[in-house]
Amino acid sequence: MTEAQLKLSPINDLHLKYEARMVPFSGYSMPLQYKLGVKQEHIHTRTKAGLFDVSHMGQICLKGDEVKDELENLVPSDIKSLNEGEMRYTLFLNKEGGILDDLIVTNAGNHLFVVVNAACRHKDIKFLRDNLRCDIEELEDRALMALQGPISENVLEMLAPGVADLKFMSSGEFSICGAECFITRSGYTGEDGFEISMPSMMAEEIAETILSHEDTELIGLGARDSLRLEAGLCLYGQDINEMTTPVEANLGWTVGKRRRKEGGFPGFENIIRQLKDGVSTRRYGVRPDGRAPARAGTEIFDLEGNKVGDISSGGFGPTVGAPIAMAYLDSPSIETGSKVSVLVRDNLLPATITNLPFISPNYKRN
Amino acid sequence: MATTYYSEEHEWITIEGNTGTVGITDFAQEQLGDIVFAEVTKANEEVTKDEEVAVVESVKAASDIFSPVSGLISEVNVLLEDAPETINSDPLENGWIFKITITNPNELDDLMDLDSYNKFVESIK
Repeated sequence: MTEAQLKLSPINDLHLKYEARMVPFSGYSMPLQYKLGVKQEHIHTRTKAGLFDVSHMGQICLKGDEVKDELENLVPSDIKSLNEGEMRYTLFLNKEGGILDDLIVTNAGNHLFVVVNAACRHKDIKFLRDNLRCDIEELEDRALMALQGPISENVLEMLAPGVADLKFMSSGEFSICGAECFITRSGYTGEDGFEISMPSMMAEEIAETILSHEDTELIGLGARDSLRLEAGLCLYGQDINEMTTPVEANLGWTVGKRRRKEGGFPGFENIIRQLKDGVSTRRYGVRPDGRAPARAGTEIFDLEGNKVGDISSGGFGPTVGAPIAMAYLDSPSIETGSKVSVLVRDNLLPATITNLPFISPNYKRN
Repeated sequence: MATTYYSEEHEWITIEGNTGTVGITDFAQEQLGDIVFAEVTKANEEVTKDEEVAVVESVKAASDIFSPVSGLISEVNVLLEDAPETINSDPLENGWIFKITITNPNELDDLMDLDSYNKFVESIK
């Protein structure tokens, strides 16, 4: 895809003003980093507040009398029990229980508000249209920004009084700069924070207003990736795909309690069998013992030299201060604490299998 | 007197006698971003010009470092084992990566002086 064909974010001019290094990402021209650089942007988000443009993600409104029941036919989570304002991370599944995309569903009162991955949005819209009878509207005139980090609450409360009262994974309608915004207390960094859906026309003004707070910085996709990796969160297409099930991905918790009994979602039989009998491959954390990062695609061997898996995401965790990775590994032969070797540039380097995440999340649950 | 040459791969090499000290330029470290790991993969080996001899990894990705000349890699900068970020903070002095005993001084003619390198960087910006 040439640069001319790339779609632009509603705040593209702002990215250029703040000297972003723009890269093609899922058909959009998006900021990889700004002047601070990936490491400092990462640390800034963990210690203060970072503003991320995630307008490339798909925002979808689902409306209809039976919309919750209909959506439950496509995902393993309990959607019917979501009270107004509550939200849930869930997965679109295929008939085998493979993951078609990961998404967030919010009960926005008279509709469900759904956020899907940029790379999957066209596929997801088709999937929804093929399977749901309710109204499906892609909100193409809305921008989406995330404000993440421990002081996000202070920054946003000044602009949208009342957001401090939102709990993790809940939402509400607020006004910022006179614009109607839908704000959720969520994100994908392991930090407390918010995602703000806003009219595209107002996005630049709102972003500048948030950035006028001295402890707020723009953060690019580079730091978004290292932040979510430290938080043990999956990147669709890399850590999860159509060939992985929720159980293999260690996302079995997305399968609701009621849904385990009642079923009625794609791949139900396979997933219930895996929950009961276990799986032959599972997602774990990996900590290389040395300083060399082990990137996606790196092969993993047990101490006898047998291949036991591959790294799906890997890099350096600036907060951890060491290389970190996620991998799919043979189960149950490999488990937390297992010593393995990672093959980096033809050298077998020692590494240890760990639980996820690598950092303690800082969500505001109460 | 020491003379410094530059490659299109954004390495610098400073020649004293038959020893060259090699690092990456300020432009290169800026492009790579925060460096978290550096390793000379061909330490104590005979290498040829343009061969991959080291790797530097930023938070984002791994990048190969090519030898700008042929020779024997005689020394590696052990400081980088614990402080790879020195390549960002001081790329032209303490952030040097390896030393090489050069076998073919004529290869230096293929490299650029500072003025030519600066023009080269401007042309690719």
